[in-house]
Amino acid sequence: MISTNEKLSARLRDAAAGMNLRLMEVCGTHTAAIFRSGLRSFLPAGIRLVAGPGCPVCVTPPETVDRAIALSRLKGVTIATFGDMLKVPGSASSLREERGRGADIRVIYSPLESLEFARAEPARKVVLLGVGFETTIAPAAAAVAEAARSGIGNFYFLSAGRRVIPAMEHLLKSGDFRIDGFICPGHASTVIGLGPYRRISRNFKVPCVIAGFEASEILAAVVELVLMIRDKRPAAVNLYRRVVAPRGNPRARRAISEAFRIVDAEWRGMGTIEKSGYALRRGFEAMDAGKRFEVVLPPPREPAGCLCGKVVSGAADPADCEFFGRGCTPERPLGPCMVASEGACAAWFRYGRFGPGPEAEPGKDTALKNQPDYEKSGLRI
Amino acid sequence: MEIIELEGEKAVVSRGGLKVRADVRFIDRPRKGDYVMVHAGFAIERVKPERAKEILEYVREMEELK
Ligand code: SF4
Repeated sequence: MISTNEKLSARLRDAAAGMNLRLMEVCGTHTAAIFRSGLRSFLPAGIRLVAGPGCPVCVTPPETVDRAIALSRLKGVTIATFGDMLKVPGSASSLREERGRGADIRVIYSPLESLEFARAEPARKVVLLGVGFETTIAPAAAAVAEAARSGIGNFYFLSAGRRVIPAMEHLLKSGDFRIDGFICPGHASTVIGLGPYRRISRNFKVPCVIAGFEASEILAAVVELVLMIRDKRPAAVNLYRRVVAPRGNPRARRAISEAFRIVDAEWRGMGTIEKSGYALRRGFEAMDAGKRFEVVLPPPREPAGCLCGKVVSGAADPADCEFFGRGCTPERPLGPCMVASEGACAAWFRYGRFGPGPEAEPGKDTALKNQPDYEKSGLRI
Repeated sequence: MEIIELEGEKAVVSRGGLKVRADVRFIDRPRKGDYVMVHAGFAIERVKPERAKEILEYVREMEELK
């Protein structure tokens, strides 16, 4: 019997004949899934998948990490954040190094845990370092609202939340290189729905497909993108309807907009992107860790030679970096793209340029031991 | 993951024997037995099991259109 993947790739070969396309998987979880499944080996030569900015850890600028580090050095301060953030290099140190030196840095699974810390230890000042996209920012918004409602005075929030759509638009507007279609995030889309992608496909004539995380789901998204490009009918399509509702999750969006306002934000390697971040709304300012604590920050410094900024905008492949695998590995990462379980450098390193290939049996591959647990990571997009 | 216990906004969800706590405030009228996608400790969306075969359907449509 012909498998679904074989049918899809046969259709793809047929539809993509003579085409030369660059398709961006916006989300780091897709990047990891693509490599883990060996999906690249199913693609015809003219179809290139490039990694995108949807890796929260990768796009968090050094200044945010520096601020969290400076806060962690203050007396009585606890930093609560998701595991991947610990290894991200700031300008001079990382949260993991600070923890080794005695700072109180705790890994959380849910933002609500940081409230539990604050309740249990009223003498400590608990700072939630809120990194992530819509799917993670909605839970953070719930924590902020609950802290305000319950009058928890020792809870603070350091905002590093990002919005996925402005980043996609930024890449298209910058025109630095071609993007012919987007494989859109399976998680962030649960919150924002299909509408924003409709606008992108209309305004920029670039097709968008929301995809799940199985190899067949990503492959189907690639087929659909190629067909839309071939037929010159760019549109937004949802191929992950079992999870993503067309209008997204209005409750989650309401929670976000009740706690946060939209602001311009800095992305690592991509500069400032208009309306791409979140700041606490008026009324919640008392818990704004960025304003409530005076700290001195080192001059922001990117790891020298790290191409992460280009990797997250699809402008470079990890292998273009001179440190890739030589001086920068998941055990000793130089840049954030090698840190994050969803970082493109980490995926390339673990699975090789094309992934383990269709015959590979996950679980038998020792490299898979380092595999992130997607249900547990708070940082999926 | 399946909601197996529910009390107000707090739920216990399970998959393959692994049980975790999840907050269900973003789910409209959650019920025991609902499948949800959990992210950062929150059920972020309901999973519709009746759509589990959507890619197979896509392939079928694709073949018919061809
Ligand atoms: S391999 Fe390391 S140094 Fe090079 S771009 Fe990736 S994260 Fe940066």
